[in-house]
Amino acid sequence: MSRPANTQKFDNCLIQWIDERLPIFTMLTKEYGVFPMPKNANYLWSFGGIALTMLIIMIVTGVFLAMNYTPNTALAFDSVQRTMRDVNYGWLLRYVHMNGASFFFIAVYIHIFRGLYYGSYKSPRELLWIVGVVILILMMATAFMGYALPWSQMSGWGATVITSLFSAIPVIGDGLVTWLWGGFSVANPTLNRFFSLHFLLPFVILGVVFIHVWALHVTGSNNPTGVEPKSEKDTLPFHPYFTVKDSYALVTFMTIFLSVVFFAPLALTEPDHFKHFNPMQTPPEIVPEWYFLPFYAILRSFTHDIYIPFTDIIILPAKLQGVMGMFGSLLLLMVLPWLDTSKVKSARYRPVYKWCLLLLLVSLCVLGYVGSQPAGGSLAVVGQVATAYYFLHFIVLVPVLGFVEKTCPVPASISDDPCCKH
Amino acid sequence: MGSTKDGATRRDFLYLTAGAMGAVAVGTAAVPLVSSMNPAADTLALSTAEVDLSHIEVGQRVVAVWRGKPIFIDHRSAEEVKEVRAEVDWHTLRDPQSDASRVKEGHDQWLVMIGICTHLGCIPKGSKQGDPRGEFGGWFCPCHGSEYDRSGRIRKGPAPRNLEVPPYKFVSDTLIRIG
Repeated sequence: MSRPANTQKFDNCLIQWIDERLPIFTMLTKEYGVFPMPKNANYLWSFGGIALTMLIIMIVTGVFLAMNYTPNTALAFDSVQRTMRDVNYGWLLRYVHMNGASFFFIAVYIHIFRGLYYGSYKSPRELLWIVGVVILILMMATAFMGYALPWSQMSGWGATVITSLFSAIPVIGDGLVTWLWGGFSVANPTLNRFFSLHFLLPFVILGVVFIHVWALHVTGSNNPTGVEPKSEKDTLPFHPYFTVKDSYALVTFMTIFLSVVFFAPLALTEPDHFKHFNPMQTPPEIVPEWYFLPFYAILRSFTHDIYIPFTDIIILPAKLQGVMGMFGSLLLLMVLPWLDTSKVKSARYRPVYKWCLLLLLVSLCVLGYVGSQPAGGSLAVVGQVATAYYFLHFIVLVPVLGFVEKTCPVPASISDDPCCKH
Repeated sequence: MGSTKDGATRRDFLYLTAGAMGAVAVGTAAVPLVSSMNPAADTLALSTAEVDLSHIEVGQRVVAVWRGKPIFIDHRSAEEVKEVRAEVDWHTLRDPQSDASRVKEGHDQWLVMIGICTHLGCIPKGSKQGDPRGEFGGWFCPCHGSEYDRSGRIRKGPAPRNLEVPPYKFVSDTLIRIG
């Protein structure tokens, strides 16, 4: 059998021996050593690596938590309390895992916003972006099922409300919900399957992340100018320049994360998450975790049934509209590469798009606040305006701006960018 | 290799049929996996519940459990039934249903409903003494303020439909079987 021609020579004879048989060191050098990174990548480019680190932390703490967890409705709540009180460092594992979910989402949301701002979803990175949206959806499903496992009031009722959403689907809805539950309400079969899937999905995410990184290493990273590297002058080797930069960003992020773990571990948690689930009594207000709030607010923003004009026949009930709106808000991201008609990638050179994107960020924050408050009242209108903007942004503004926006001059290459002249 | 005019060969045909058989095999293998997630026999065995009504006084409301869901049972007085039928023209309601269509004939005083708000699945208050019952004297959902009348019909707030009546029948005058 012939050896791949592109392997390199290593001084260490053991490494050389292995590399001749399995060129893993050649691969590592190529992808993480000499890999050319645009030299102007800023700290926003560190959040992909940070997100991957959070995924690994979640998998490791999760595997150890599972050693002390019992997926049975009679025992689950107590087994979590035992982890907290009796298991050595159980409190640490659980607090890192609980808050780790929040910080994983923080890292991923910043990572996504970076992509939106610098046009990282555009050609040739469309598939890279779509795979990223798949990771986001998988993360949401995993986080939702994990939240059910402590079998608290919030666990049970959160699971009830979210799975009930599928009942809005015409014809098959009710049967689908029964299938998801494995019964006629959220009960033991539901908890068992949620535990199984919550264990499985993180490894699926890891696999999809591998594909995401693979696609990234084919196209290379985008950069703040949105101009592809033209020559060796525009890039720097990944090691040591970006290994050091990413390490610094990671340590800073971990400092903030661990400060929350040690000093305010329950800051992001609802009190009803510490009461045993009672299927006969609903808590006064069901609030999802913060990272779901904007989507929850979109769900609740649809309050009027749509009728066939002049009749009483409802074609789209409010509940179904809400469900479509919520899932649609995510699926819309998948087609974003084709909705954006602008030839300029980076918002740096797009004076109008820049403000639209800022407004999108504001509308998401407003939706987050509205989602955290009791439904109804004047706040509902605020939520509806923010929801309208979200869809307006992607469906109208992004396609139209590509034609009407007067963009600023784009530098001929990364090295010609005034910001890079040192 | 035999080849037709448009270039299709026996080999193409074999690829297609082998692929199709593979797809059928995968589909068949998925059936037991998907099916295993539907309610198991022991879960289905719990899908009927019998409730003895003989202990429920006139004016008393009781919560029973069926399929893990709360069942509201209200023993109404004859005047109450008369009042609730007279107080509003049911054709004008959001989810138009008459009180008579929500109870079993001859047992008009017994109101049996699934105690789950049709909005987002909360459990309305009003079954216990001292609970808020809302403007219409029925049930009140604390989550988003839906108000149901003494027939369990939605009168105010965001819920789209009346409280659902489960399938049930009177086995005797004092015993019902739900499911």
